[in-house]
Amino acid sequence: MQINADGSVVIGAKEPEIGQGLRTALPMMVAEELDVDWDKVSIRQMPLGIVKTADGFTWKYGGGQGVGGSTGLTSNWELMRQAGADARRQLIRAAAARLGVEESQCSTKPGAVVCPSTNSEIPYADLVVDAAALPMPEDTTPLKAVDDYRIIGTQRKTIDARDIVTGKTKYGVDTDQPHMHYAVIARAPVLNAKVASFDDTAAREVDGVLDVFRIDGPSPGEPYVILASGVAVVATSTWAAMKGRAALDIDWEESPNATDSSERFWQENVEMLKDAGQVVLDDGDFDAAIASAEATVTHQYRVPFVSHSPLEPQNCYAYVKADECHIIAPTQMPSGASRAAAAVTGLPRENIRVDMTRVGGGFGRRLTNDYVAEAAMISMKTGWPIKLQWSREDDIKNDFYRPGGLHEMHAGVDNDGKVIAWAQRLASGSKYYRRPNMPDENLFGAELYIDDFPRRIVDNIRMEYFHNAIGLPRGSWRAPAHTANAFVIQSFIDEIAHETGQDPLQLRLDLLGESRDLEYSGHGGPVFNPGRLATLIKFVAERIGYGKDLPEGRGIGIATHFTFGGYAAHAMEVTVVDGKLTIERIVAAIDCGLAVHPNAVDAQLQGGTIDGLSTALGLEITVKDGQVQQSNFHDYPLARIAMVPSLFETHIMPFDDVPTGVGEMGIPSAAPALTNAIFAATGQRIRSLPIADQLS
Amino acid sequence: MVSFKINSEEVSYEGDADTPLLWVIRDHLRLTGTKFGCGVGQCGACTVHVDGAAQRSCVMPVSAIDGRDITTIEGLAPSADELHPVQQAWLENDVPQCGYCQAGQIMAAVDFLKNNPSPSDEDINNGVTNICRCGTYVRIRKAIHRAAELSAGEES
Ligand code: FES
Ligand code: FES
Repeated sequence: MQINADGSVVIGAKEPEIGQGLRTALPMMVAEELDVDWDKVSIRQMPLGIVKTADGFTWKYGGGQGVGGSTGLTSNWELMRQAGADARRQLIRAAAARLGVEESQCSTKPGAVVCPSTNSEIPYADLVVDAAALPMPEDTTPLKAVDDYRIIGTQRKTIDARDIVTGKTKYGVDTDQPHMHYAVIARAPVLNAKVASFDDTAAREVDGVLDVFRIDGPSPGEPYVILASGVAVVATSTWAAMKGRAALDIDWEESPNATDSSERFWQENVEMLKDAGQVVLDDGDFDAAIASAEATVTHQYRVPFVSHSPLEPQNCYAYVKADECHIIAPTQMPSGASRAAAAVTGLPRENIRVDMTRVGGGFGRRLTNDYVAEAAMISMKTGWPIKLQWSREDDIKNDFYRPGGLHEMHAGVDNDGKVIAWAQRLASGSKYYRRPNMPDENLFGAELYIDDFPRRIVDNIRMEYFHNAIGLPRGSWRAPAHTANAFVIQSFIDEIAHETGQDPLQLRLDLLGESRDLEYSGHGGPVFNPGRLATLIKFVAERIGYGKDLPEGRGIGIATHFTFGGYAAHAMEVTVVDGKLTIERIVAAIDCGLAVHPNAVDAQLQGGTIDGLSTALGLEITVKDGQVQQSNFHDYPLARIAMVPSLFETHIMPFDDVPTGVGEMGIPSAAPALTNAIFAATGQRIRSLPIADQLS
Repeated sequence: MVSFKINSEEVSYEGDADTPLLWVIRDHLRLTGTKFGCGVGQCGACTVHVDGAAQRSCVMPVSAIDGRDITTIEGLAPSADELHPVQQAWLENDVPQCGYCQAGQIMAAVDFLKNNPSPSDEDINNGVTNICRCGTYVRIRKAIHRAAELSAGEES
């Protein structure tokens, strides 16, 4: 941080900003402890800071850099507050030394140290030089009590919003460097196909095209550095590069994935589920419990592959020189960008500078830095500074998709209506496929989170996994497997309730029970408190008028889910008339412990809900003859404003003094709340996503 | 050669006549506030005003704008200190998440409000079709209503 003569404070933003609001939330924590007025604070994006040590690398800015899994806030919660508190302490100590008083006689007001006993007040700006020269004290500076917060937990606007609305903000696509050229790549249309040969005569005739060459991709089944083989075109402008690419004539080798298809994938899943799979969880005695059950319920649910499609297509600036390299990228994982560039160039990582721009959406896509590796390859081959630009088609066809899967659910209910047996059997393409050193028996771990609800609530519970090795690349899609599992589990609970004559809300409340900590070993643990979900679902149900009389064709649905440490619930009211669905009203609630930056929590809950609905309503990636069938927003139709009802409320429910992340919690329960509402309105159960035209 | 005005400045372009206006604005004129999202007229991230009307510049060849008057997000505000009411409303409602779509959203909303000075939600649903991948639609709707209010206030 830097305190200027005029009292303004610049705080370094070490994390990538992908729209989640960290550029605002982290400085709020620093400013709180530093004790400065918020309107004096501005931010500056920091590059990747890594320092070489004897046995590897360490972080320059006091902690890791990278955003994923809703950890950006929680992983910085101690660090940022302590940084502010330490700086304030040094300012106080500098003032005390100058005034010749004890440190304990000084305190602060925003922007200044005050010393009542000498009746002095010294602005921070006057103390900075002295404070910076002082050694750190040996004892740890204590942090403020929650009740004393003036900034954390208050409504603050996005710190750099003015630059955004005036078009000044620089994203990756906006990178402009001296002597920079522009590059695009024609990637293999068939999964894992390699270039056999190509004719670039016409491409080279396009005005502005400077160079054309082959890019070698990974072999089928091997870990990825880049996704696909192809042919790169470098030109003096983006458009010239695109035109050059369109003029290429490429012959592709036959790929082992040339017959991959969604049709076969789904058939294989059906067949797999007829056998016994890998048992990954087996609490109690499922077989005995289901045999003794008064009633049993069984259904299958299908969750499709989907693409991330951040609105800013992938891009990266790279300038590889003999002994150093400069990368400017929109990325969620700058250290991954550094590793990708090192892998391509062979340069030591300390000679690779990675700068981060504001990122036009992450959603998990930019955890993987394949586009950084591609850009480094092109710059290394040409020796030029280049900016690689993907088109929307490149992005939709070359993604690390959320895995699709077929879930088979079983439940046994006793004559009191209590669920006594539960099984989830999943056949899917694991996200962990093609990860280096990943044993087959661990592939399930990305798709089934064994500690999720209702484990430790239902005594006899089993989970089984079947891996389908379709060639589609897979990756982390915002709230990864929670999006699939929440849809499946929250739909199935509804079905159990309906088929055993119980109320869906009451059944959930019975299962969730009182506030208590259950062990949770997965990401978001170490504990899961089902009572927090109970509070939320009761709240949203009451808000929306659950149980009220509704006209024909109208229905209310509810759902709730625990995601990576945070809790959320949705209630929705819909109308279905002549097969036409209208979402009338949405009530969403989140419990993220302490809401550090409530404005962003609200934004993430709104955006997450809309993402969940948009995806459930219309999105699916399919494959035929080894080729992704979708290409742009006409056949991958993200929701527009008309989908979003005017009645849309969000609620932040405080719990304790410990913040959780918020970027992913808003999604998982949105889709099942919608499909449960559709069932309530029509009696039609949606067991396959997307909903698309199933209602007509 | 194509000559036109952009944000009140006379400029010209001598390259390919079929170059989409978007790429002339971004790569040639180096005004990067106008964004590339889809390249096929679907998302609206590239929205600019051509003679005051919102257009998706990724599907408009530069040859079609000879002699015309373009405004981009950089030229929307009346001055460096004063924002356009739509930008003001966007700030008040803190609309942006990643922010990538927002220049296009704002340019589209300005034109929409010209034709619908006090829109209903229904009007917005029918008339505003830009994509926001982050799902800022709740706040976009609020900001459009607020901008309508601000503009009405200005006129009275
Ligand atoms: S980039 Fe022009 S409409 Fe999407
Ligand atoms: S704010 Fe990210 S796409 Fe709209």
